Amino acid sequence: MRPTRTKSLQSHSLAGWLMSGPALALVTLFLIVPFLLAFWFSFTNQRLISPNPTQFVGTSNFEQLLGVGALVLEPERTEDGSLIVSETGELSYPRVREFTRNNPDYPQLEGMREWFGWSWGESKVLVLARDLVFMKALTNTLFFVAVVAPLQSGIALLLALMINQKLRGINVFRTVYFMPVVVSIVVVSLLWRFIYDGRSGLLNNLLQFLSFGQFQPIDWLGNPDTAMFAIIVMSIWQAVGFHMVIWLAGLQNIPLTLYEAADIEGATAWQKFRFVTWPGLRNTAVLILVVITMQAFALFAQIDVMTNGGPLDSTQTLVFQAVTRGYEQQNIAGGSAISVLLFLIVLAISLFQRYVTRER
Amino acid sequence: MAGLSLTQIRKTYGKVEVIKGVDLEIEHGEFVVFVGPSGCGKSTLLRMIAGLEDITGGELKIGDKVVNGVQPRDRGVAMVFQSYALYPHMSVYDNVGFGLRLKKTPKDERDAKIREAARILQMEHLLDRKPAQLSGGQRQRVAIGRAIVRQPEVFLFDEPLSNLDASLRMDMRMEISKLHRDLGATMIYVTHDQVEAMTLADKIVVLNGGVVQQVGSPLELYHRPANLFVAGFIGSPKMNFIDVTVEGGDNVSLRLASPVMATQTVPVSGSGVKAGDRLTLGVRPYDFRLMEDGAFSGTVTLVEQLGNETIVNLALSNGQHLIVALDGDTECSIGQTLKVGFLPEKAAVFDTAGVHLQR
Repeated sequence: MRPTRTKSLQSHSLAGWLMSGPALALVTLFLIVPFLLAFWFSFTNQRLISPNPTQFVGTSNFEQLLGVGALVLEPERTEDGSLIVSETGELSYPRVREFTRNNPDYPQLEGMREWFGWSWGESKVLVLARDLVFMKALTNTLFFVAVVAPLQSGIALLLALMINQKLRGINVFRTVYFMPVVVSIVVVSLLWRFIYDGRSGLLNNLLQFLSFGQFQPIDWLGNPDTAMFAIIVMSIWQAVGFHMVIWLAGLQNIPLTLYEAADIEGATAWQKFRFVTWPGLRNTAVLILVVITMQAFALFAQIDVMTNGGPLDSTQTLVFQAVTRGYEQQNIAGGSAISVLLFLIVLAISLFQRYVTRER
Repeated sequence: MAGLSLTQIRKTYGKVEVIKGVDLEIEHGEFVVFVGPSGCGKSTLLRMIAGLEDITGGELKIGDKVVNGVQPRDRGVAMVFQSYALYPHMSVYDNVGFGLRLKKTPKDERDAKIREAARILQMEHLLDRKPAQLSGGQRQRVAIGRAIVRQPEVFLFDEPLSNLDASLRMDMRMEISKLHRDLGATMIYVTHDQVEAMTLADKIVVLNGGVVQQVGSPLELYHRPANLFVAGFIGSPKMNFIDVTVEGGDNVSLRLASPVMATQTVPVSGSGVKAGDRLTLGVRPYDFRLMEDGAFSGTVTLVEQLGNETIVNLALSNGQHLIVALDGDTECSIGQTLKVGFLPEKAAVFDTAGVHLQR
């Protein structure tokens, strides 16, 4: 009876649509529609709540976000052409705002602010950005990805190699390393806020204990120099177990006889890793790299719970900015534009990674 | 010169003993086949020789060096695996040259050796390919090439032909045999296929339950099996066993009787056997002949006509079946009653412990 019943169900396309219907509806409503809407909104001036009708504004949102300009400042001179030198021996320069505020000679710099700059002989080169916070978020996110992707995948591989051994009690280690993954990132973030606390945090206490009290406590999350690194360390710790398991699956896919053949041929442990393990992990490595890159670009929860992008925008990230603009500043169009840019960046990087690691 | 010497070799996993004291001498240049049913320990024994499994007890010598604690790479052995164990990301050339590369052999010397191995195995045209682009037989050739390029003293083969189809298996069998003649190296070969064992071996080692049952040349094993197990294992179709009772006899012959058989006199030494003892009579299917006054009479239940021979399954009156191999043009049909006899001088008799009685 059963095979025929299955067959008749499969031949009814209506039954199939009905069964996949709920899932399809939810996926459409919460993934596909918002995805398409984000593209549309990014070309409008859509606000979260507004009495005015939405208008199509072309690419002005992107121009606003990505607008950068360069300015070369010549040192100020007296009328006879000699340099004006201050009492401390420094040259004096015109103020940037003289160029960026209502200066008809420099319309392209209108509304920009100083991002960074360097000295060039006597003159000074400045890079200006229209949206300084976005630029901070962009560079912070890229920095986060650049540090987390290699470090996290490397540590995960190391852990996977260690727990892939047949030792008594190895399951305890597998569990321990994997545990942070099953804990909610919000809970983990809260816990790590206590660890990083500037006065009586666990980390400060530990360092003081280990240095016999010589160590001066640091407000890890309140210091612009350490906040991003604190988030990086905590993020790696939280997700490393997940990637360890993927590496482990890849490791266990490599036939044991390949190692045995290598043993007989005289390979050392390093040579076995170099010639058997690593080539065997190729596909796993591609997967892990792409997944980690995507996850790293989506950095949000840790920032939201631990720093709110501060201090001094040192932990601003793209997703955090997208959410802040979209909901707190009610600027849905701006948030959408950031999301679209993020999508394009991740897509480009993933395609690039696939190209570099392609089968030859 | 590298013969091997195994003395009381044992292997236990926890409390389970899988190799129970194996003693074996292998001469240099011999082709030895370990054969036995699944789980008899033949592969384990081979892996212990290779160094892939620890030796729990006993002494293993390769040449005149005890190698119990020696790393696989320092034993001077090469191994060919059932799964070929080729490195999937390397070309055939690199696979064959892998061991030489690890040993930092100079490039031109390495190249010469790889090409020489490829020439011997007739796979020069495959050198640039990846293992995935090869057929099973070609992969096995590469695996053998990887073994011979290192010029080991001892070759180990772990069921190398099991993954190949029948006709390819025969070709590769002949090639391995030729390789042995050309290289003159010691080869140890594990298989569960008795045809491979019979055709390749100088010396067959029959294993069962971790114990060596018999060591001998293929024909020795076929004609003078040491016990019931070897008699049943070697030869295809299997030897028929009939429970018999001793009626009488002397030092040169025994008179045997059975409810399903006319009383027969078989020329084996009856010393130590007395009338009334229960023994086992073994007759190979090929030793039966159609005879009007044959010792057995049975009903045909199955006929397999193979052209050169006809295999007949004969049901005796007590329900036991005899497998009988007759001439290719024998006419018989299911349900027919046949009378068959056998040549007494070719029959084997086993005592209650299953040991073959001397002639």
